[in-house]
Amino acid sequence: MSAIAHDETVNSKGILSGLLELRDLPDWFREQQHAAWEKFESIPRPTRKDQPWRFSNVDLLDLAPFKLSGTVSDQARAAILEQSNGLDEVAARLVFAGDQLLERDVVSEQLSKRGVIFQPLERAMVEHADLFRKYFMSTEVSLGSAKFAALHQALVSTGTFLFVPRGVEIDQPIEIFHWLAGENATVFPHLLLVTDELAKVTVIEHFRSLDRNQRGFACGVNDLLAGPGAKVTYVCAQNWGDNVVALQMNTTAVDHDASAMSLNLNLGSRYSRFESLSRLVGEGARSDLLAVAVATNDQEFDARTLQDHISPHTASDLLYKNALDDRARCTFGGLIRVEPHAHFTDAYQKVRNLLLSDDSEANSMPGLEILADNVRCTHGATSGQINEEEMFYLRSRGIPVPVAQRLIVTGFLNEVVQRLDQAAIADYLNQLIDRKFAHSR
Amino acid sequence: MKTETKAVDIDRDKGDFAYPEVHVRDAGRGLSEKTIHYISDVKEDPDWVREFRLRGLKTFLEKPLPTHWASKDLEAIDFDKIRYYLSPGTGAKRSWEEVPDDIKRTFERLGIPEQERKFLAGVEAQFDSEAVYSNIKKAVGEQGVIFVGSTEGLKNHPEIFRKWFGKVIPIGDNKFSALNSAVFSGGSFIYVPPGVKVKHPLQAYFRINAESFGQFERTLIIADEGSEVTYMEGCTAPKFETVALHSAVVELVALKGAKLQYITVQNWSSNVFNLVTKRGLAHEDAEIKWIDCNIGSRLTMKYPGVVLKGRKSRGEVLSIALANNGQHQDTGAKMIHAADETTSNIISKSISIGTGRATYRGLVHVPKHLKHCKNNTECDALLINATSRTDTYPAITVRGTGNSVQHEASVSQVSAEQIFYMQQRGLTEAQAMSLSVNGFVNDLVRQFPMEYSVELKRLIELEMEGSVG
Repeated sequence: MSAIAHDETVNSKGILSGLLELRDLPDWFREQQHAAWEKFESIPRPTRKDQPWRFSNVDLLDLAPFKLSGTVSDQARAAILEQSNGLDEVAARLVFAGDQLLERDVVSEQLSKRGVIFQPLERAMVEHADLFRKYFMSTEVSLGSAKFAALHQALVSTGTFLFVPRGVEIDQPIEIFHWLAGENATVFPHLLLVTDELAKVTVIEHFRSLDRNQRGFACGVNDLLAGPGAKVTYVCAQNWGDNVVALQMNTTAVDHDASAMSLNLNLGSRYSRFESLSRLVGEGARSDLLAVAVATNDQEFDARTLQDHISPHTASDLLYKNALDDRARCTFGGLIRVEPHAHFTDAYQKVRNLLLSDDSEANSMPGLEILADNVRCTHGATSGQINEEEMFYLRSRGIPVPVAQRLIVTGFLNEVVQRLDQAAIADYLNQLIDRKFAHSR
Repeated sequence: MKTETKAVDIDRDKGDFAYPEVHVRDAGRGLSEKTIHYISDVKEDPDWVREFRLRGLKTFLEKPLPTHWASKDLEAIDFDKIRYYLSPGTGAKRSWEEVPDDIKRTFERLGIPEQERKFLAGVEAQFDSEAVYSNIKKAVGEQGVIFVGSTEGLKNHPEIFRKWFGKVIPIGDNKFSALNSAVFSGGSFIYVPPGVKVKHPLQAYFRINAESFGQFERTLIIADEGSEVTYMEGCTAPKFETVALHSAVVELVALKGAKLQYITVQNWSSNVFNLVTKRGLAHEDAEIKWIDCNIGSRLTMKYPGVVLKGRKSRGEVLSIALANNGQHQDTGAKMIHAADETTSNIISKSISIGTGRATYRGLVHVPKHLKHCKNNTECDALLINATSRTDTYPAITVRGTGNSVQHEASVSQVSAEQIFYMQQRGLTEAQAMSLSVNGFVNDLVRQFPMEYSVELKRLIELEMEGSVG
């Protein structure tokens, strides 16, 4: 499956040295990659003065040390496959390490007969060229990372393409793993999910590092298209190693009467930026944007969102919660934009920060741009600490302080996780959160 | 709704008249070091002020227009066409009789002398660059309160003036504070001695009378320990064909336990760019409160702020903005917490009518290791028409535990049910709309001095005319 031409010199090639011509990819795709590379080089590196990068630690975006990923050793491969454990029951699964596909569990015969396509990118772009070309990188990345989206497009060589045809409902989640392996390794995770009318699907992505201490760079692009009346759920469990710099650009387009829900769990990395653009394209569309972050040590989480209401009678609801300890920083820059004529919009945005230490820092920039009337838009941002009365209550029942604190924080975060309304995934995410607390305390 | 009280008459049409210019001093158009020297010569500035101005000019020329976040409309200002200094060449008059007739008529039309007679403790009126009339009630003067133009302040009271001048808002704070630092003229200088409570408000009027003129007044108010003072300003300009620029700097200093309240009713005509920097410095236990109403101008950019420097100091911004056709009210507030147990409160209400755009920009900063700081921010926006626009861009930074910050904003429109209910009881749609809008701002307006709240309500009624249907 993963036939990759490869030689040793590739391993040491820096990502800034230019394009690779290794994999056998279609000409049109190559041309796009060259154009993307030129775009990447032409856009200047962001500075803190750029409005979309306000409060961001842009110094961490020095990409010079990072190398293009090569083939993983057999030993690493075995370790990765062994540790690629997520949900108990899934409909299908892909495991990637760098730009290498390690394992593929296809969808059931019944689903593939009904037209479900679940393929790595390099195959989909050949076998389903029309469908693929129509949607691949079709949305402009507008929340600040256009430069890095271009880098992604220039260097991506594999990833996931998932198409769910009209009326097909996939009950079990589809699971995708992306691993970073090796010092200064890079990964360019890509997911293109297209759903037709009334389709239903849940996808969960896991971002992990084989060695938690190794430096690495992740730069992912994610395009979700919810067709008319479709129901799409996307969960991302970000748990990169402690020295990873990660950028993720998500775009969701929601057609009429469709609903999309996304949840980003941020646990790992040194610096992780998550851009989520949700476009409510058709009447009756609904989008839920959820995120949970547990930030410790020197971690920095940087979330930028846009709820873009393009059609009338659309709804969106954002809930981001951050728990911050040690010297961690969280930044939230979000905007609800109601375009002209998008009347009867119902939009909500809420970010809550729980500060657990004196050196933690929370920056919130909840924004509204309303160009229509007959709308209901609210946003709220709060920053505070653990309620002393709650703490007292738990302590008076004999619960030690660290445990009480953990209970309160997980309770605070659990509200977001429960919104998913998928018990198995919620349990899994809560386990990851618990594990992080167990490690950091 | 009719009332006998006519405090600050800010009916827009009332301000729309102009007298022929008789300017003895005119710095000409455009800005260069020559302009600075001209102003400094005319005003007989001490050397440190001249140097301050030159540094201001340098900074102004270096800094780019902040169009990466602010409105591109700023590019419509042609800084080479602006006239930076105009004055009739006479000093401020102490008695109303001495004021030249045409200027007197201007201010009489704006209702200034009556106000003074009624209840104001002092009044100053600025016509283009210079104060033309300045008076303070004897009783207040006897308490040691100083209320003069900024030029006079820096000449006669340098020991107080120099200590605080440019300290709250440094030259390089932003491009327009730098511009003001270069060419400032006029504005008020107020000093309230320790323990003195000024019962009635001090008041200033600003008027632009000349075409393509830039008004750059500079106000410095110092409330010494335990004192209390309220200052009110109003502004008007006739509607000329070309744009005018108003770029003021206002610095407030509230020393220990002082209370300072600053009220603005801004009603510039719709060709004025109003780019103002306002900030207060609150020492221990002091309180600074900005009440800011923006109704006029083409583009207003104004974010009154308080630096909460002393323990238990309090800062407050109450703001109402009304953006009608072609207007952009870009207003907001800044609260910089710099001591323990400081509290701040921001309440902003905006109304967008027709193609008007109202923007709230906020900054709340609670740095490291502060304890028991609190901020509450509420922004409500009301949209009247389908073409109206509103934005909210707050930025909140909180570090560490023990502080609590909350921000809430909502956007809504006049409820159709409310309008229906009122119409059913015999009100016209316009009346119902006007009542509803007044209801929207009512809880905020109630906190204003009575004369202002009555006037403001009437003004909103006027602005609402013809906005329905």
